[in-house]
Amino acid sequence: MIGRLITREVRRGLSGGAWLPIAFFLLVATIVPFAVGPDARLLSRIGGGALWIAALTAALLPVERLVEPDRADGLLDQLALSGTAEEAVGAAKIIGHWLTFGPLLLLAAVPGSFLVGLDSPALARSLLSLAIGTPALAALAVMVASLTAGLPRAGALAGLLMMPLAVPLVIFGAAATGDSESAALKLEAAVALFLVAGSPFVTGAAIRAART
Amino acid sequence: MSLLLKGERLALVRGGRLLFEGLDLGLGAGEAVHVVGPNGSGKSSLIRLVAGLLRPSAGRIERADAALADEGLALDRELPLGRALSFWNAPQLGAAMAAFALDGLAGVPVRLLSTGQAKRARLARVMASGARLWLLDEPLNGLDRAGATALNAAIAEHRQQGGAVLAASHLPLGGEWRELELGG
Repeated sequence: MIGRLITREVRRGLSGGAWLPIAFFLLVATIVPFAVGPDARLLSRIGGGALWIAALTAALLPVERLVEPDRADGLLDQLALSGTAEEAVGAAKIIGHWLTFGPLLLLAAVPGSFLVGLDSPALARSLLSLAIGTPALAALAVMVASLTAGLPRAGALAGLLMMPLAVPLVIFGAAATGDSESAALKLEAAVALFLVAGSPFVTGAAIRAART
Repeated sequence: MSLLLKGERLALVRGGRLLFEGLDLGLGAGEAVHVVGPNGSGKSSLIRLVAGLLRPSAGRIERADAALADEGLALDRELPLGRALSFWNAPQLGAAMAAFALDGLAGVPVRLLSTGQAKRARLARVMASGARLWLLDEPLNGLDRAGATALNAAIAEHRQQGGAVLAASHLPLGGEWRELELGG
């Protein structure tokens, strides 16, 4: 059932606008030079952080389609009857969502990094930092989607909930794009691991709580 | 004889309101119980309780593997009906689609089904699951006469093969049913 669920998430992601967060990511990256001016040195200094802000806001876009449609349609109930644990549903959703979000975002980060004026070593560091960070962003998105499923104005609420939760990830992720000597990358990996490991349990509890 | 469903002294409180208490429930092979009662008396909640989607406020419940047909269709709208149904464990998919006259619709995307066809599809999902206990919440809603006949035939066959059915419905169901009255 888990395999089928992951396949389903990927299929629905690809047919349901997986390109939207990516286009959004590139748009934000395009806006940055307009907003801070064409100073190449300034741009290359803030570029890594700008990419992370773009990635975080892009990760918010698909939140509304991740859990709520399945709850409203009774799919989550049927999964429970089929004997699939809610935590497993959460894990499958995170994996399926990352597959349609992470690789595409990394691909878009290449042109994105040129838009914000990063040189090649900085591009490599940004890609590594985003590669570690995107699973955590996907996990956060699924978790927040399950916490807000069925609530009115869930989209806005999801943003308010997700941004603060992502702060540690953004701090270390953005720092890791700047300095290869610092321990930021390891700390980012630790935060990402914590989010990826914890999110299925929060998601499972949220799905169960939404039934009562 | 072992019971497919056994509930002892069940109570359920929802939204601060006591829906029922001290409810004993037993369903053996071939048996069927029709839950009746006015709107809001907890018929659907009892079905969801038995399904395991709600926890009883008091009492114990045990059941065999079950399949549920409620409001939710739980089929992907963009997929053809046959593929959407086979997402679920469906060992008896062919027989179920034939029983509810859905064979001709296997290639039709779920989003294009009419209301009645979708209602038949959710019943076919239950039948295809091969589960021994069927939980049906208002199964006759939206069904035409042919659909209702098909449902009654499917239930009769399921009971003959040793299955059990718990149905909540404000409409009369065909065949022999034990009535369980809630509320009032």
